[in-house]
Amino acid sequence: MYQYDEFDRRVVRSRAAQYRRQVARWQAGELADDEFRPLRLQNGLYIQRHAPMLRIAIPYGHLSSVQLRKLAYITRHYDRGVGHFTTRQNLQLNWVKIEETPDILDHLADVDMHAIQTSGNCVRNITTDAYAGVAPDEIVDPRPFCELVRQWSTLHPEFAYLPRKFKIAVSGATEDRALLRFHDVALELHRDANGEPLVRFIVGGGMGRTPILGETVRDDVPWRDMHTYLEAILRVYNRFGRRDNMYKARIKILVKSLGVAAFREQVEEEFSRIANGPNRLPEDALSWIQSRFVTPQYETLTNNPAVLSDALASNIPFARWHKRNVRGHKAVGYAAVTLSTKRAGFAPGDVTDAQMDAVADLADQYSLGELRITHDQNIVLAHVKQSDLPALHSALHALGFATPSIGLVSDMIACPGGDFCDLANARSIPIAAAVAERLEDLDEQEDIGPLRLNISGCMNSCGQHHAGHIGILGVDKQGQEWYQLSVGGSGGTQSSIGAVLGPSLRADQVPDAVEQIIEVYLEARASNERFLDTVRRIGAEPFKNKLYPNKGKSAADNKVAQNG
Amino acid sequence: MADPVQTTKPDLYKVTRIIKDGAIVADDWQFVPLASELAPEAHPIPAGRVIVPLPVWQSQRHVLAARGDVGVWLAPADDPQQLADSFGQIALIAVDFPKFTDGRGYSIASLLRSKLHWKGELRAIGDVLHDQLYYMQRVGFNAYALRSDRSAEVGLAALKDFEDIYQFSTDQALPVARRHFGANTAATRGSAT
Repeated sequence: MYQYDEFDRRVVRSRAAQYRRQVARWQAGELADDEFRPLRLQNGLYIQRHAPMLRIAIPYGHLSSVQLRKLAYITRHYDRGVGHFTTRQNLQLNWVKIEETPDILDHLADVDMHAIQTSGNCVRNITTDAYAGVAPDEIVDPRPFCELVRQWSTLHPEFAYLPRKFKIAVSGATEDRALLRFHDVALELHRDANGEPLVRFIVGGGMGRTPILGETVRDDVPWRDMHTYLEAILRVYNRFGRRDNMYKARIKILVKSLGVAAFREQVEEEFSRIANGPNRLPEDALSWIQSRFVTPQYETLTNNPAVLSDALASNIPFARWHKRNVRGHKAVGYAAVTLSTKRAGFAPGDVTDAQMDAVADLADQYSLGELRITHDQNIVLAHVKQSDLPALHSALHALGFATPSIGLVSDMIACPGGDFCDLANARSIPIAAAVAERLEDLDEQEDIGPLRLNISGCMNSCGQHHAGHIGILGVDKQGQEWYQLSVGGSGGTQSSIGAVLGPSLRADQVPDAVEQIIEVYLEARASNERFLDTVRRIGAEPFKNKLYPNKGKSAADNKVAQNG
Repeated sequence: MADPVQTTKPDLYKVTRIIKDGAIVADDWQFVPLASELAPEAHPIPAGRVIVPLPVWQSQRHVLAARGDVGVWLAPADDPQQLADSFGQIALIAVDFPKFTDGRGYSIASLLRSKLHWKGELRAIGDVLHDQLYYMQRVGFNAYALRSDRSAEVGLAALKDFEDIYQFSTDQALPVARRHFGANTAATRGSAT
């Protein structure tokens, strides 16, 4: 993990102090609500349905056990004891008090954390592959690059009042596990013939009302030009992005309206001007930033120790969990373990303060004190000895984090939805619970195989429904909650946007509809074909026909048919 | 400390004291708005120190250039490049922030300093509030026509909100961030290689 030095700490402390002064001025009536709004948002504070919500930054999803214990403390003392890990690898607290937020930021600063730029029309928290640094298919470790981008974007003076929010993802593996093409800008790292890192810049992706996959603007930016290239992109966007309509203000709309070629031309022109300027990274910047990361001290071990193979042979629940929740590792004898937050009685991503403490202890005991939050709202212990897996499984089972369903249909993504969020049109959590209940049988889930089901409570797409193999989107119709279903969305190397199947459904129709979609797949799949591959082969039409047998007739007829 | 926030905004462009080069100073520059009903060449320009809109400058430059007391203001959508050949004839450049949330002016300032090398006064005008001053300073502004209902003293303090910053910027020729990459790199930083 990256280790703060005194410089980093002063930045965070100064920011917390500035925010405390701003809150005091707002309370004293010296700052109007609309003047305070962008200030609090850029410190993570939303005012929403029941209470203010604070979004705490977890830079590129990495946490230490010490930091997680502090999050547990804050969750216990300043919230109602439940935190929500988000699809952008952050933590949201839904019941904070505004007047206590400066104290929370001080607590965070004590453990080198903050809520800087977790909201607002600025560069947001950087996200990356949750298995960064340990994934066997990694070409370039993205974390030092994430940190360089984090530092560059933190309190960037020119880009704090952009037309709209701006999300950056970084990945350096063969398989894209960071939804690169759904980001405003993605940095895909690879290497040149001499092994020097290069950056592929993918620009203009996004979800929301107008889902668009990002396009490559340039393949081979030398890593030392990373900041200047970002600067060129952001400057073009800041100057020419639309500001008259918030729904058309994301960079994806600018890229789309100019066309990627014209956009590229503008970026390249600006880049060529500043390429050799002071923002170019010095040649030792990368080794310097790498030196600031603590390198895990792995022991010399062997793969598949006896304690593991014995457990796999004799313990069926363990074997099942191992198949789904344990991944390969660069280091011999180690594994990366995913803790599922998807369990009965909890919304996806919800973790109590006591569970945070317990997971922090497990991280210390089994994973060199380090954790990651994944974009699908789970927790990863990235450095587990294979010989410890049986003991860790028992401990996780006792905590409720051992659901062996990573990548299966019940490992769904859901935003907080209408239960908490002011923006939501509809609730997400009850839909997630109803679908999970319907598909709770793990054998059935194993038979269905890999299937990503994503639920968003509104067009803002925090539940990433566009990237779900099955996507569910909450919509508001005359004050009632309805849900629109799609199939075929995906992140990854072959990203795609889900195809909407038809008119939206009532909440109580959603579990049936999901089951029908799965039935179509099970009937149509070739042997071992994943759900997504079947959808890509047969298209959305068979799913539409199943859900809307009266297609071609009026919408009213279809509603009658569905209701019947 | 600060004056209470007024429920109605004061005239954003009537300011009699500004913050300039780190001090509060009296100011008598008159802002000339761009009147949509008038052609740029038909705008009457009062005597005394004036800050005129870019189109008015462009159409009346032949007269105004000789005055020596004319500044030009840029709207968020203006291209600062269009002012580049006028630098020798204007006394200051102002950048308008019609709303404090419109961030285009930050890029305009950055371009004026780093691309066009404007060395003279660069003034933020319009909806200029306390909490944006620090960023404005960092992109190259050196004068701030703070809204008349805001305390200039609070504004001065806001310019010192942070002592450490990560980015190189126009106000940091030898930025503090250089030490962040280690002293051994000092010789190689900041110059074209």
